[in-house]
Amino acid sequence: MKQKLVVIGAGMASGRVLEQLTETAPDAFDITLFNGESRGNYNRIMLSSVLSGDKTYEDIVTHDAAWYAARGITCRFGEHVTRIDREAKVVVGQGGEVAYDHLLIATGSAPFVIPVPGRELPGVVTYRDLDDTEAMIDAAGRGGSAVVIGGGLLGLEAAAGLAGRGMAVTVVHLMGHLMERQLDEAAGYLLRRDLEARGITVRTQASTKAILGEDRAEAVLLENGDLLPADLVVMAVGIRPETRLATDAGLQVARGIEVDVQMVTSDPAILAVGECVEFSGQLFGLVAPLYDQAKVAAQTLLGRPDAFVLRDTATKLKVTGCDLFSAGDFAAGPGREDIVYRDPARGIYKRLVIEGDRLVGAVMYGDTADGAWFFGLIKDGTEIDAMRDTLIFGPGFQGGSAADPLSAVAALPPEAEICGCNGVCKGTIVQAIEGGAQDLGGLRAVTKASASCGTCTGLVEQLLQVTLGEGYSAPAARPVCTCTELTHEDVRRLIKAKALKSQPAVWQELGWTTPNGCHVCRPAVNFYLLADWPLEYLDDPQSRFVNERKHANIQKDGTFSVVPRMWGGITNPVELRAIADAAEKYGAQTVKVTGGQRIDLLGIKGEDLPGIWSDLNRAGLVSGHAYSKGLRTVKTCVGTDHCRFGTQDSTGLGIKLEQTLWGSWTPHKVKLAVSGCPRNCAEATCKDVGIICVDSGYQIGVAGAAGMDLKETERLADVATEQEAMDLTVAFIQLYRENARYLDRPYKWVAKVGLDWVKARVVDDPAERRRLIEAFELSQSIYRKDPWAEHADRGRAYAPLADLTREAAE
Amino acid sequence: MTGAAVLTPKLTPEQEGLMDWIDIGALEDIPERGARVVKTQAGCVALFRTGPEEVFATADACPHRGGPLSEGIVHGRRVTCPLHSWVFDLESGAALGEDARLVTYAVRLVAGRVLLDGRLLAKRSAA
Repeated sequence: MKQKLVVIGAGMASGRVLEQLTETAPDAFDITLFNGESRGNYNRIMLSSVLSGDKTYEDIVTHDAAWYAARGITCRFGEHVTRIDREAKVVVGQGGEVAYDHLLIATGSAPFVIPVPGRELPGVVTYRDLDDTEAMIDAAGRGGSAVVIGGGLLGLEAAAGLAGRGMAVTVVHLMGHLMERQLDEAAGYLLRRDLEARGITVRTQASTKAILGEDRAEAVLLENGDLLPADLVVMAVGIRPETRLATDAGLQVARGIEVDVQMVTSDPAILAVGECVEFSGQLFGLVAPLYDQAKVAAQTLLGRPDAFVLRDTATKLKVTGCDLFSAGDFAAGPGREDIVYRDPARGIYKRLVIEGDRLVGAVMYGDTADGAWFFGLIKDGTEIDAMRDTLIFGPGFQGGSAADPLSAVAALPPEAEICGCNGVCKGTIVQAIEGGAQDLGGLRAVTKASASCGTCTGLVEQLLQVTLGEGYSAPAARPVCTCTELTHEDVRRLIKAKALKSQPAVWQELGWTTPNGCHVCRPAVNFYLLADWPLEYLDDPQSRFVNERKHANIQKDGTFSVVPRMWGGITNPVELRAIADAAEKYGAQTVKVTGGQRIDLLGIKGEDLPGIWSDLNRAGLVSGHAYSKGLRTVKTCVGTDHCRFGTQDSTGLGIKLEQTLWGSWTPHKVKLAVSGCPRNCAEATCKDVGIICVDSGYQIGVAGAAGMDLKETERLADVATEQEAMDLTVAFIQLYRENARYLDRPYKWVAKVGLDWVKARVVDDPAERRRLIEAFELSQSIYRKDPWAEHADRGRAYAPLADLTREAAE
Repeated sequence: MTGAAVLTPKLTPEQEGLMDWIDIGALEDIPERGARVVKTQAGCVALFRTGPEEVFATADACPHRGGPLSEGIVHGRRVTCPLHSWVFDLESGAALGEDARLVTYAVRLVAGRVLLDGRLLAKRSAA
């Protein structure tokens, strides 16, 4: 007599079980198949092809009505199962009960919908089945904008499909880079670049706050306040196992329905396969292990021994033109070593992860031809010691050459600007070299390249090297650190010339040898990026020295010092009371008046920082940035307000300067002073910018020093009005921000480029001065705000993650 | 989908059986390429997040002058002490180019949670 088998869910896993069963034992079971969708098994993986228009639903059907009929399978499609009665061994559907001897649960997974307001609005869809896909195609037909929430495999396929159908698509992704489960940062960067090249906007580290709209979705609101117009919102943030029936039936369910190696659940009469199961703590989303499970489940149902074995899986993105591959475990685990290969010119990145003498993971972008070979090595656990040196070049390797450190320069297009001072592009320089200018001096004479400020000297030399080959030996320049062979000046120029706007872009395009730099290069690169791309690049706190990350100065005992800003050195009784109260409340060990006319509270505990900031904020006090490579203080004297010698309102100008400049990041700290007369009580003549007021106006000096070196300021210009004094100061600081190497104070930078070069831009060229001021203002639209106010409510981040000493005492 | 527990360092099943895992917080509360501190009877322990799914735990105090390593810059699988720029390999605890070593602790990541060996709760004996 036939046994009664009931199957819940007609997906790819249960479909494979049915194929195996009906092939090997066509008469063994009387099968009933429930499916919530009103259709049978189709190739869900190909939904992206349906979305892109390459295929139709008919093309991706695996089992049609005739297939089920030929095998005598009773199909109850479009009918939801409401309950499993394990006592009576019946499955209760909306259309009545079916008895079973064996039950196979294959309910798959449900898309995860993030719980934001507006998620129920029409126009918000998930991307899981054919109905979703058709809804998206329908929406794309009406055009407009789409926002895809989730930058994983599914989300990106949805984004590419919708973009291909003519929608303006933005991908909103919570994490720092796309497909972070499958790709590392470098590969994620290349993927992003390719997607952006096809018109898709990518927003990483972006959190969705709400979906807005009257009676249908109209826009997506991000946590940072940005509003993205959206006629269609696709949620593709992930899936979770669909376990509700199993849970209600009292089966053992962890994250998924727990199964043993035979795919049997905690009830011997019930099996489960597919995305709804959990095996050995693992969930499944890719098709290869699901098919393995299906084979085992079929054997178990037939009473034959078989066991499911976990295997590594490989991922490929099905987006034309984005060639990526990832396999194995490449992200986690100590005792592992990386082999990294980058070819910036061709946009290729490969990374192999080795543990002991085995390959355990591989990530590739741009050239994935060897993916299958690497995947084979991972699956088979092949010993790779013997071929380790050449492993990354793949199976066809026949003794190639090492990566070219000059490739970043070689890859620049002829129109890329090399020398910003004189507007000389690469093509002009190469022509001059080929025309006979075979050294730096000759090139400078012919093209003027690197003849002014000299910061592009390294690049020009590399062009000589690339063009002349072995015939040219460059004088050795000091690289930034051991992560790169480029100098600071090279890196700054290349960030501008190649429009590199993220850290992964720099690491990849400039051929960095480490995954994410080191404590020397990363703070520098972080600054260069935010100085050049204030709107596109976000300051990265993890690339900041502790003082700048914590907005306070660390002391030798691990406590911090807190210095509130006193504009121009002016304060009042209310502020002083607040400072005194804070000093008492938070147990300041020392209260010190600083050389910059501020009050320093020393000995504040790290976890008390948000508290003291919040208290000081309430009295109107903001961060004094006494810790930053940025504007520190503007010292002033009392000027015409009180002093009988004062010639101009030095206090007022100091306050205005400080209110304009505060919050800006610079290559090193910047200190200013304004004195009301040549007696110079504010000691302006040893500052980075020092202004002396005189009867006829203002004398502006720059590039002074009073630290390791002692140096008087040099006269930048004499001006008649306060506004001119402000303009020249701002322009000077912006020029410094754009050109100096990280950790050079202005006096060191001016010594390298020459004061005449600075004057030519800041004083003599009104258009350039205007550009500098506007560039500074643009950057300040982001950075001119109080970091204390922003951090005061993030107290948790400043406290220990956990305190186990307290738990132990209880 | 990956869901397997991630362990740093790799332990044998026997070693793992000896552990008394305690959930100390969410992975997302440790910034990537950053660190957080846990107070324990054995002193402050620093948790370094070196990748999306990778966390190492070591003593927080630098063996040089006691600098808080959790405040240092995390790069690759290394951290640089904020006080005098000693660099430590987080896998082994070894200082680079110095004859010093940090105590390291086992960390387990399960479903977005960070687990530490609960024996850190117990007071260290005088030995």
